[in-house]
Amino acid sequence: MASSPGKQPAQPELESIVRGNRRSDLVMAGIGMIVLLVAMALLAAVFIDLAVKGWPRLINPDFYINFPSRHPEQAGILSAAVGTTLVMLVTALVAIPLGVAAGVYLEEYAARSWITDVIEINVSNLAGVPSIIYGLLALGLFVHAFGLGETILTAGLVLALLILPVIIVATREAIRSIPLELREAAYGLGADKWQTVRLYVLPAARPGILTGAIVGLARAIGEAAPVITIGALTFIAFLPPPPVQAQPPFINFEWLSSPFTVMPIQLFNWVSRPQAEFHINAAATGVVLMVMTLGMNGLAIYIRYRLRRDAR
Amino acid sequence: MTNAASVVIEVQHNRSFGGASEKFLRRRAMQAAIARCILFAAAAASVLVTVGIVYVLVTESASFFSHVSIRDFLTDTQWTPVFENARFGVMTLVSATLTVAGIALAFAVPAGMALAIYLSEYARPGIRETVKPFLELLEGVPTVVYGFFAVLFVTPLLQIFLPELSGFNLLAPGLVMGIMILPYTASVSEDAMRAVPMGLREAGYALGYSRFRVAAQVVIPAALSGITAAFILGMSRAVGETMVVAVAAGQNPNFGFDPMEGAATITAYIVQMAMGDLPHGSIAYQSVFGAGIVLFVITLIFNVLGFYMRRRFREVY
Repeated sequence: MASSPGKQPAQPELESIVRGNRRSDLVMAGIGMIVLLVAMALLAAVFIDLAVKGWPRLINPDFYINFPSRHPEQAGILSAAVGTTLVMLVTALVAIPLGVAAGVYLEEYAARSWITDVIEINVSNLAGVPSIIYGLLALGLFVHAFGLGETILTAGLVLALLILPVIIVATREAIRSIPLELREAAYGLGADKWQTVRLYVLPAARPGILTGAIVGLARAIGEAAPVITIGALTFIAFLPPPPVQAQPPFINFEWLSSPFTVMPIQLFNWVSRPQAEFHINAAATGVVLMVMTLGMNGLAIYIRYRLRRDAR
Repeated sequence: MTNAASVVIEVQHNRSFGGASEKFLRRRAMQAAIARCILFAAAAASVLVTVGIVYVLVTESASFFSHVSIRDFLTDTQWTPVFENARFGVMTLVSATLTVAGIALAFAVPAGMALAIYLSEYARPGIRETVKPFLELLEGVPTVVYGFFAVLFVTPLLQIFLPELSGFNLLAPGLVMGIMILPYTASVSEDAMRAVPMGLREAGYALGYSRFRVAAQVVIPAALSGITAAFILGMSRAVGETMVVAVAAGQNPNFGFDPMEGAATITAYIVQMAMGDLPHGSIAYQSVFGAGIVLFVITLIFNVLGFYMRRRFREVY
């Protein structure tokens, strides 16, 4: 600065500094807003591009009730949609209890010890392992070593392992946000630790855990890589046996060992074909997938928003 | 509240019938012990996943490396696993992987920094609260959808400006991957910037700094390790990302860093082989695990580095 120390800068100089500051602030805020708008425009572009390209199939009811076919105008997503539903059922039944239990242990029970450290480092590391590596785990272990084959059970298990860190982290955060007073009140009534956790902490943490489970399942629905690696077929022109039946024992577990396909794989298959007609099917499948995953993520954000508002 | 009542009743019940109390307490202690065991087993099971991953990768690639020397694996520049004269130079796949990840970062670093500075230093709380959920939505888009977008939207668009761009190339998936990791890198960097104590900013303002100067000369240097962590973890995601490159980058293993041409990345190779129904135990089947272990090691290095940097910025403040 031109002025000597102790002296105020002259009036015009001061004004030019202030002007310069304003200008740089404006430029920086402008750049930030532009990046933000570009990101929003891209999300819109992805969705609109899919919707426009897939429109002829999206409005055709046959698309939802037909099996895949060699003829693009007859191909549909029925087997993929059913496959996704059944795989998600397995994933939810495995990942949610396991993840919540692990989260409760780490947050409520774990003493500071090297075992706890190992588990914690392990969970944060698992969150960073690429999804296709989980696919290799499933291929080597579930498909070949355990002999489960390329089935709905294998796919459900591998996706459950993939989203396990998401659910563990969400459970821990939800439990951590429960005020200590609630626990103290329960102890004051004579409850022991397990009663406190079971009757007070878990019910109070339920919305946060639910949010994590929804985000995790939304991720699992859109994942293709680990399911492709275990060798899921792309051309499935039949449905797995139904899980319920009219004769006793009414519940049937054959569907677990059925071959299957899921929606992201169906999309991948159609987009990889050279014929442009199949790309229409791929786009339509993409719209269905995006509506499902964005809807689930939106629901999770809404639950969390309500939770924060109620907490105030 | 019914829960509260039930405990009260349980407790009162045991007070008034002194004889039952001991039995009740014993049963309760047993339940608690069983619950604790089950919960611990669940937490320990997460470690088994890592053990399983390492076990599968090491055993399957051990038989691969008994056929292929590690030296050839790391120095050969050809990757032709299904040819009669099969060659396994994994650097072929690594070069394409790093090219795509590099393009992704070249987009995500400046854009992510600008967004993080804007959100942390300029945006009003109301705007920030609306933008962050939106970024989460962007993260929730299935990656195979981004693959579709890369090959059927971004590539044709780029070909208008770059007519010599191949139908399958590394540029389009790289850019799309940059968009994909942008929300993650931006929100992790923003967390790091917001963790910088207000006092440091106020010191800057007291010297007459502009917001921009405070951001550039106070906040960014103070949050540097956190910001670096964000981009290292973003790099790890880009390296491990599969569906975008499997759809849009092509399947020819080419050694080189030319973004205009298509080339198979590590992940794209694994997908390509898995689609082809490999005979279990064949050398091509094992090569998938050989490629997998390289991918696992690269992402592990980035993750460890990222976690270390992230922990450092948390410890300072």
